[in-house]
Amino acid sequence: MLWREEFSVHAAEERYVTRRQFGKFLVLTSLGMFVGNLWILARSLWRSEKGFPPMKVANAADVPVGSVKVFRYPGANDPCLLMRTADDRFVAYSQKCTHLSCAVFPSEDGKRLECPCHEGYFSASDGRVLQGPPPRPLPRIVLEQFAGGLWAVGVDLGERDS
Amino acid sequence: MSAPVRPASRSLTAIDGAIALIAVLLIVQMWLLTATLEAFLAGHHGVALPAAIVSAVLFAGCVALYLFIDRADRASRQPSGERP
Repeated sequence: MLWREEFSVHAAEERYVTRRQFGKFLVLTSLGMFVGNLWILARSLWRSEKGFPPMKVANAADVPVGSVKVFRYPGANDPCLLMRTADDRFVAYSQKCTHLSCAVFPSEDGKRLECPCHEGYFSASDGRVLQGPPPRPLPRIVLEQFAGGLWAVGVDLGERDS
Repeated sequence: MSAPVRPASRSLTAIDGAIALIAVLLIVQMWLLTATLEAFLAGHHGVALPAAIVSAVLFAGCVALYLFIDRADRASRQPSGERP
C-alpha cells in the first residue's frame, strides 16, 4: 500500500515525505471529494428517472383508528409505518430516523413518532421534527385510496414547513 | 540590510504557499461534499449538478497547483548552472 510506505508507523521504515508527495496525497484526496460529488449526481439522476412503483399497503377497513401497520416501501429494506389518525385520515412515514436511521415508534397517545436512540421526536400528523437531533422531517409515503385499498405511490423527501 | 533570498529558498516558499492553497481548496471541497450530501438526503436533488461542477473546478485548481509544485520542486533541485 502506498500510504503505508509513505507514512509508516515504524520508525525504522520511515521515509522522508517530500512536499511533492504530500501535494500528491492532497490532490488524490481532492479527486476523492470530486468522485463523491459525482456519485451524488449519479444517484440524483438515477432516482429521478426510476420513480416509485405503486404498491398496495392494506385495506382501509383493516386499519382501525389509532392503529399502526408496518410495511416496506419502496424496497425490501425500507420499513415504513402506516397510521390511521382519524376516520378519514391515513398517514405513512419511513420508519428510519433522519438522524442515524434508528427505527422510530409511535408514542402511546399516537401524536408523535419517537426515536429511542437519541430522543428524537417527530409529529405524527406531518412528520416534522418536534425535538432532538434529527435534521430533517421523516420521509412521507404518498398514499392514495383506490377501491377500499391504500396504495403507496411515492416518497416525499422534501422538507415541509411547520 | 538583510541577506538576499536565494532562489531555492524562494522556490520552497512558493511550494509551501501552493500546498497551503491546495489545503484550503480541499477544505472547501469537503464542506461542499457534506452540504451536497445533506441536501440530497433532504430531497433537494437540484443542487447535485452545480455542486459537481464546482467540485470539478476545485479539483482542477488542486491539479494546477500540484503541477506548479512539481515544476518548482524539480527546478529547485537542479544545479544552479543548469537552470534556464
